[in-house]
Amino acid sequence: MKRSGALLLFPLAVLLSGCDLVVLAPAGDVAAQQRDLLVVSTLLMLLIIVPVMALTVLFAWRYRQSSTTATYTPDWDHSTKLELVIWAAPLLVIICLGALTWLGTHLLDPYRRIDRIEPGQPVTQNHKPLKVEVVALDWKWLFIYPDYGIASVNELAAPVNQPIDFRITSSTVMNSFYIPALAGQIYAMPAMETKLHAVVNRPGTYTGFSANYSGAGFSGMRFAFHGLSDQAFADWVNQTKSAQAALTRESYLELERPSENEPVRHYASVDPDLFGAILNLCVEPGKMCMNEMMSIDAKGGLGLAGVRNTLPLQYDKVARRGAVFGSDPSYVASICTAEEAAAAARAARNDDDRDWPLRDLSPLRGVGLHAPGAGSRRADAGTPSLGLLRFEL
Amino acid sequence: MPETLTKFIFGRLTLESLPLHEPIVVGTFIVVALGGLALLGAVTYFKLWGYLWREWFTSVDHKKIGVMYMVLGLVMLLRGFSDAIMMRLQQAIAFNGSEGYLNAHHYDQIFTAHGVIMIFFVAMPFVTGLMNFVVPLQIGARDVSFPFLNNFSFWMTVGGAILVMASLFVGEFARTGWLAYPPLSGINYSPDVGVDYYIWALQVAGVGTTLSGINLICTIIKMRAPGMTMMRMPVFTWTSLCTNVLIVASFPVLTAVLTLLALDRYVGTNFFTNDFGGNPMMYVNLIWIWGHPEVYILILPLFGVFSEVTSTFSGKRLFGYTSMVYATVVITILSYLVWLHHFFTMGSGASVNSFFGITTMIISIPTGAKMFNWLFTMYRGRIRFELPMMWTVAFMLTFVVGGMTGVLLAVPPADFVLHNSLFLIAHFHNVIIGGVLFGLFAGIAYWWPKAFGFRLDPFWGKVSFWCWVLGFWFAFMPLYILGLMGVTRRMRVFDDPSLQIWFVIAAFGAVLIACGIAAFLVQIFVSIRKRAELVDVTGDPWDGRTLEWSTSSPPPAYNFAFTPIIRDNDAWWDMKKAGYRRPLSGFKPIHMPKNTGTGVILAVFSVALGFGLIWYMWWLAALSFVSLIATAIGHTFNYHRDFDIPAAEVAQTEEARTALLVAEGARA
Repeated sequence: MKRSGALLLFPLAVLLSGCDLVVLAPAGDVAAQQRDLLVVSTLLMLLIIVPVMALTVLFAWRYRQSSTTATYTPDWDHSTKLELVIWAAPLLVIICLGALTWLGTHLLDPYRRIDRIEPGQPVTQNHKPLKVEVVALDWKWLFIYPDYGIASVNELAAPVNQPIDFRITSSTVMNSFYIPALAGQIYAMPAMETKLHAVVNRPGTYTGFSANYSGAGFSGMRFAFHGLSDQAFADWVNQTKSAQAALTRESYLELERPSENEPVRHYASVDPDLFGAILNLCVEPGKMCMNEMMSIDAKGGLGLAGVRNTLPLQYDKVARRGAVFGSDPSYVASICTAEEAAAAARAARNDDDRDWPLRDLSPLRGVGLHAPGAGSRRADAGTPSLGLLRFEL
Repeated sequence: MPETLTKFIFGRLTLESLPLHEPIVVGTFIVVALGGLALLGAVTYFKLWGYLWREWFTSVDHKKIGVMYMVLGLVMLLRGFSDAIMMRLQQAIAFNGSEGYLNAHHYDQIFTAHGVIMIFFVAMPFVTGLMNFVVPLQIGARDVSFPFLNNFSFWMTVGGAILVMASLFVGEFARTGWLAYPPLSGINYSPDVGVDYYIWALQVAGVGTTLSGINLICTIIKMRAPGMTMMRMPVFTWTSLCTNVLIVASFPVLTAVLTLLALDRYVGTNFFTNDFGGNPMMYVNLIWIWGHPEVYILILPLFGVFSEVTSTFSGKRLFGYTSMVYATVVITILSYLVWLHHFFTMGSGASVNSFFGITTMIISIPTGAKMFNWLFTMYRGRIRFELPMMWTVAFMLTFVVGGMTGVLLAVPPADFVLHNSLFLIAHFHNVIIGGVLFGLFAGIAYWWPKAFGFRLDPFWGKVSFWCWVLGFWFAFMPLYILGLMGVTRRMRVFDDPSLQIWFVIAAFGAVLIACGIAAFLVQIFVSIRKRAELVDVTGDPWDGRTLEWSTSSPPPAYNFAFTPIIRDNDAWWDMKKAGYRRPLSGFKPIHMPKNTGTGVILAVFSVALGFGLIWYMWWLAALSFVSLIATAIGHTFNYHRDFDIPAAEVAQTEEARTALLVAEGARA
């Protein structure tokens, strides 16, 4: 094994120099912090791994049967001191790693709004987040820009150094929304909304894709992510606005039918309630939205009357066939009008936005604790990274 | 009318269900069919059917059942590995606009089948087989607690394997990934038979696994020889006990979750659908509540194997026996508290993610302690580098890397960038090949002489060893790098040409592993040919320490003529040091269980039931279900289940061994 390692070393270096380890050299601050955590954890663990591997080789060599000089103690099987060390050493490493995990997981929670653009540059009132609604379809990505009223398929653009708030869902099965250069992934799941907050720092074109297998067209479910300057982004928006197509409920139902390797498409306008309808599984006219159903249920439900409130299903995503012994495929008919349901969904979303303040995580970073040797209660206001450890690689 | 009749008889099975349009599958079928016919022909020609049926298929002897499990694992390894090498080839060539040679329909079945087969029908039978063979011998018992149940469990596992194999030629297998997450595996998005094959194969095999878990727990708790307290049990027995506790506690969850999925698919319930209040994430939680303990079910017995091998070949007592036992128990308990780390990226909150991340890391503490214990067992030992020990050292050097990347993936922010990537694939192959498979090869080389009375040929063993170890590093190190390049799993075609070189290296590694498997088969063949040279008469070829080495190789049907009495945890070592002499007289009749074919019959009905349910042949399902229940009830009225081996026969067997030992002594 050692020999193979040595043999591999030279070509390995040549090969590695030619490839793009995007996870280790991302273009967004969130991914960069995740990378830092990855590297620090690896180094921390190498503290144990390297000695273990060295000792394995050493002992295997030193105590081989043909060795005449090595000591042999066939009945020695216990040493309290040694046992303390072998339990304590991994324990110490795990305590450090556990603390790092607790901090890192909270600071890099994808649901949390980012509080810095890059090291040393906190987010201020002037940074208005770009909202993007992401829908994973079979097998392509739909991006809706609610603030601009435009949408695109298999192409995502965002201005550099501006926070991006993603709201993510899926139309049929589970996918995972992942742009390695930007930030870690988060699943896109039908009838559920996940969130991701990120920022891109370097202009460029990066690859995004689904990181969770979702069926036949999965391999082609890739899109370009453009990090653009403010001007270029404005141009991109204008260009998208000049497209012919409009994304209405009808054209969405066309779009969501399974297709593979879709080219980029732009939509000059978007039904503002579309994302809410997709999320609540009620794009088809006359179908009850999930949020409507849940609010009815929360108020006690419709009782027996609700059982009959179904309509036969005409079409649902792929050619649907019900379970062999089940009742005929059906869906729950809407009681509100589409407008009422959409208004309710909008209100819920606005509430959600308002109730999402920038959380103060300074206690997590140890602000408030006295720094050793100093009387100051201010710790690391300057470096809002994983501040306690202040590593900047 | 004929159409209705055809539909009634064949359900949804039609001629179009046979994959006649897929040349690769047809080719495989022809090869398998010819091979199968040759095998059946040979068995018939040499008139072996009666022998196989009487001595093996219906046997309730734990040693024979153990060997049959190993054969099943080996056969399925060939199938699972064929899938692997097909994937490697596809990924190595599907660049620059090339679609490769597999379409999505075929490729997606292959990676699903690879995962399912390797876990359920390779690793599980190997591990169960090893435990079945070794545990009763190590604790000085004559058989397991429930010998018939053992035979039945084995045949149910075979039944599951048969259903998976049938899916290759009749219909198709699931195209969902090995855990079949809904909604993709629901009836809406997978209306074909693939997922039904998946469900019923695992349900049938799951019955076998659960029952064999119960059986081995009872055996270890109730059938230890006098004097063997819990803290004098060999470490392999300890790890087997913990594994079987895990099996009994986790497999019912798998059964339940697959039942719920089956209800969604068959009767239109909405447990895991998008609509009508269903929640697919519930499935993900439940399947991983089984799935995480499952990986410890696989690795724990092999930790036991490494403990036995290190101590035997270092000629030393195991360092830190007590802490080894506690480490095993701690891992057993903690393995239930970590399942969510398989889906940090599904949007659980930061506190939930941190909790599961940190519990996962805590598991590395007892695992690390085990590693150090093996290390200090080698320390001041006198290490003989026979094959089992070589595998152990390779394991120690390989497994720590897998352990490290595992802890890395347990840090949620790191997992966000590595989840579902090829880095993850490299990680779990690193621990499963580097841990489970290396351990199995160590165990096979170690206990083979006990099972058959001759050693395995060391030359071909070493060829296999080096091919496997180098092949593993070549096949999976590139995947770590690809993962860091942001390449995700289960991809069929690629855009970026700079990735290709890494996939080519990985494919080369897979070829080396293929050579390793071939060398292993050659090793078995050569060893059987040279069995006279490699023979071991003593029953103790490695200067062993535990009870299984005190009896003859292969052991007699009754294992021990007299139940041994235990004074130390290295019982046989202790007996040897105390100048133990084999008793040569005073034999008594030995009470033994009788063979029965009921296990085979029950498994046949179970497979028929599964097949009927998969293809909607309701008459077949109903008929086989009724037959299954009737056979099971009928078997309870069989009162002739046991017999006594007469004292004279025991004496004869033991005298024959004495004669051999004397001859061996005279030669030496």
